[in-house]
Amino acid sequence: MMLLWLILIPFLGGCLAWAFRGRHADASRWVSIAALSLDLPVLALATRAPSGAWLDRLNLPWIPQLGINFELGLDGLSLLLVLLTLLLGIVAVIISWSEITERTGFFHFNLMMSLTGTIAVFLALDLFLFFFAWEVMLVPMYFLIALWGHERRIYAAIKFFHFTQGSGLLMLVAILALAFVHQAKTGVFTFDYFALLGTPMSRATEFWIMLGFFIAFAVKLAAVPFHSWLPDAHTEAPTAGSVILAGVLLKTGAYGLLRFAVPLFPQAAMAFAPTAMLLGVIAIIYGALLAFGQADFKRLVAYSSVSHLGFVLLGIYAWNTLALQGVVVQMLAHGISTGALFILAGALQERLHTRNFAQLGGLWASLPRLSSWGLFFAIASLGLPGLGNFIGEFLVLLGTFQKHPVFAVVGAFGTVTAAAYALLLVQRAFHGTPRKVEVPDLRARHIAVMAGLAVAIIWLGITPQPVVDTAAPSLAALQASAATPGPGAK
Amino acid sequence: MNSSTLPFLILTITPVIVMLLIAAKRDHRLTASVTAAGLIAALASIFLVLPAGTITVTPLFLIDGYTLFFLFLILTSTLAVLLLSYHYLERMQDGPYEEYYLLLLLTALGAAALLASLHFAAFFLGLETLSIGLIGLIAYPRRRERALEAGLKYLILTGVSSSFLLFGMALIYLDYGTMSFAALGRLWDSSPASDIYAYAGFALLLTGIGFKLSLVPFHMWAPDIYEGAPAPVTALVAVVSKIAIFALLFRFFVLLGGYRSPSLLWVLSLVAIISMLAGNLLALLQDNLKRIFAYASISHVGYVLVALLAGSATALAAAFTYLAAYAVTMIGVFGVITLLSQPGPGHDADQLETYRGLMWERPWLAGAFTVMLLSLAGLPPTMGFIAEIYVIAAGVGRHLVLPLAALIIGSAIGLYYYLRIIVVMLSPAPRRVAPAPRARLGGATVAVLLVLLVWFGVFPAPMIAGVQQTVASLSFAPRTAPGSGDIFAPQRPAKAFADRESKARTSNMFNF
Repeated sequence: MMLLWLILIPFLGGCLAWAFRGRHADASRWVSIAALSLDLPVLALATRAPSGAWLDRLNLPWIPQLGINFELGLDGLSLLLVLLTLLLGIVAVIISWSEITERTGFFHFNLMMSLTGTIAVFLALDLFLFFFAWEVMLVPMYFLIALWGHERRIYAAIKFFHFTQGSGLLMLVAILALAFVHQAKTGVFTFDYFALLGTPMSRATEFWIMLGFFIAFAVKLAAVPFHSWLPDAHTEAPTAGSVILAGVLLKTGAYGLLRFAVPLFPQAAMAFAPTAMLLGVIAIIYGALLAFGQADFKRLVAYSSVSHLGFVLLGIYAWNTLALQGVVVQMLAHGISTGALFILAGALQERLHTRNFAQLGGLWASLPRLSSWGLFFAIASLGLPGLGNFIGEFLVLLGTFQKHPVFAVVGAFGTVTAAAYALLLVQRAFHGTPRKVEVPDLRARHIAVMAGLAVAIIWLGITPQPVVDTAAPSLAALQASAATPGPGAK
Repeated sequence: MNSSTLPFLILTITPVIVMLLIAAKRDHRLTASVTAAGLIAALASIFLVLPAGTITVTPLFLIDGYTLFFLFLILTSTLAVLLLSYHYLERMQDGPYEEYYLLLLLTALGAAALLASLHFAAFFLGLETLSIGLIGLIAYPRRRERALEAGLKYLILTGVSSSFLLFGMALIYLDYGTMSFAALGRLWDSSPASDIYAYAGFALLLTGIGFKLSLVPFHMWAPDIYEGAPAPVTALVAVVSKIAIFALLFRFFVLLGGYRSPSLLWVLSLVAIISMLAGNLLALLQDNLKRIFAYASISHVGYVLVALLAGSATALAAAFTYLAAYAVTMIGVFGVITLLSQPGPGHDADQLETYRGLMWERPWLAGAFTVMLLSLAGLPPTMGFIAEIYVIAAGVGRHLVLPLAALIIGSAIGLYYYLRIIVVMLSPAPRRVAPAPRARLGGATVAVLLVLLVWFGVFPAPMIAGVQQTVASLSFAPRTAPGSGDIFAPQRPAKAFADRESKARTSNMFNF
């Protein structure tokens, strides 16, 4: 039942936050933080009785007539991602304290609903429930961008919505096709993940259905041919929206690939792996090059996300233990470092009302704290050893090298290009001719958040073993289910 | 006469009582109450006769689970429209109001006749009763120019399409010598390839039905009439008349054995595909909410046609679910417009700009409207989401590749204008000059619809169980040989679905 509470608490918190609209602006913030904090002990309680790779499971009937159950499961992988969601959720509430002053109740309602949907995505083990949660996290994010975003917010929000909704419907068709194929083979119409694993099907059918899943997840992950929504959405979203988008929502695409797209269709996925890895490598290099050419702080960070997530895609399709461990670390590290950079961009925007490098520069003297934190997270983003991103990228490249040395070699150039754009970011935003600006430096609230994120990323960089150990059983289980195709498979 | 006809008898007697009542005493509240009581009695009697099973009443009408399901939908919709209309009429302050209820009952009666009809005669009878009721209702606010214009337009177009229908029926009769759907199906079975008269007849028939359902390319009248008609009547046009005619089309198609005719299927697929695409695209260009929903309803009928094309038991259940969701949502949407409207010689609250900032002024109403728009867009947690998935499932089960592609593209386009309305409601705005006075009955109706929409969106199991039970109880079966259910096989990615034959066999559960 803990898993149900894990979803219900942020949901109820969101409703309560909306109820506190109007005079009690801060009340909705406190309610949101309280709900997310309350979820942490619940998450800990859910891990008490592990069985196999699964820490906790829940299965309730939902629409039995159509073989749909309310089935949730928590394993090491989802545990880490839910933890990331909750922590970044709290961060998002804290850093929008002074930025969001209008319609705060509705803002926090949307934020909490989006987080609820994301948590449900990470827990769902029924494909219909997964799709339901996938859609639930979408609409509130649309509102966050469209209502509290920057100049071109409506355009960005609609583009974001169309990309994800269009690909989501494609995934729905693939889910239904999979359920029908399963019914044709076994006579049971079900959306249960474990039942659908190892469904025997012909090569071509498997490929097309897999492609439906892949496209939906690749759009969410902003893999290269489908990435164009990301810079717009991230740039125009309010800071909290950017943090949630980059930190958490993008990870649902990677999670979907890990949990569904590869294990459900092992042979098609293996056949498709070179293509997917090629897309990953292209994303690494192309994202970095585009980041290098941006004149907007947030756009630069957004394109760096494309590059970082290229490593994730590369690692997933390398599909060996090293690479998958790298993927998990990379996802967490990217969530933290990119989230921090978006927060700093938001802080700059709030103070100077611009994100354009032409109007920034020389800020170190006036804003020493903001600038030094910027340097720290830019360095983290470029993958300095000792910080989390390094571990992620290194493990991914190491794992990929065992499978496809060429991709690993080309991908490794990404770390060089990352250094270029990250240092360019620092140089153009903070260095240069010193300039006097009459704005306050980072306040205590932001510094606390920055310090927390910095501790997390250093911890991840120095002792990644606990994270790797947490994810190991579930990664092994995923690899095992992908390695044993169904009895009738060709 | 069997007791199964009880709902129909009540529905026939109520207009007579109301008419006599009006002659005796003009009283708005009394007339409305008696009408509502009649509708409720008819609704209650549905549950009384439900166990009686399938009954044929003369060669013209059939009362079975199918009829009763749609009758339930139509009577509840009519009742909801009545509740929405009461304060709307009151505020119009331009009586008499009483005949409105008479016309409302007449419309419901015509729709009910359509649902049960097994014969061209019954079909035409029901259709004309329905249309006559609607003409009067559309033009009811007689000091409103737009309403009169819309009424006249509807009169002419409905007359034209009826003559198409009649001519089509006559040509088919000329060829086959029967007007009964089932007999026609049997004759068609023995001599499927017929001469030019039959083809022309079917073409004219489909044209007529296409007009009534406002499918593309017969859709031109819909936006004008939706715009001109008073808001509650627009709900009636969008919901009651469309559901009744769709129900008739589905039954006719199944009894005829239309699934064996590739040309008929092609024509219907084509109409469905263009309706989904054009309906959604044209809605993008509108700034008037009623016109937007006119085009939206065109595309929604296109979605249900996908279920008709699939033609399996799943598809029938999907069509039931979809139309139920459609009815709840559309009445809800027009209910909100009704509540915001200031009736009189002007027009309803149908300009997009009227809705700017509504969320901050009347949060409950705007919140309800938002949920209804999400339902139309097929997003969770609403009935529209469940229904859309059900229809897509029916289509996937039969590999309707092109219609499904159109459905997905169409609904992706549709998101744009639904979200646009929501964003307008959410953006900040100066205070409105004179907010429309509150109407308790209408507000309660919208609240009930909202609860239904969300409740069945999150817990759809009871609804789906009921629908599946109804489908299982049906006795009319499509004339498709089992295994040949793959009616619209993909042309190109055929290799991809190499195992579709075996799939089609198991998914063809429609062999009662």
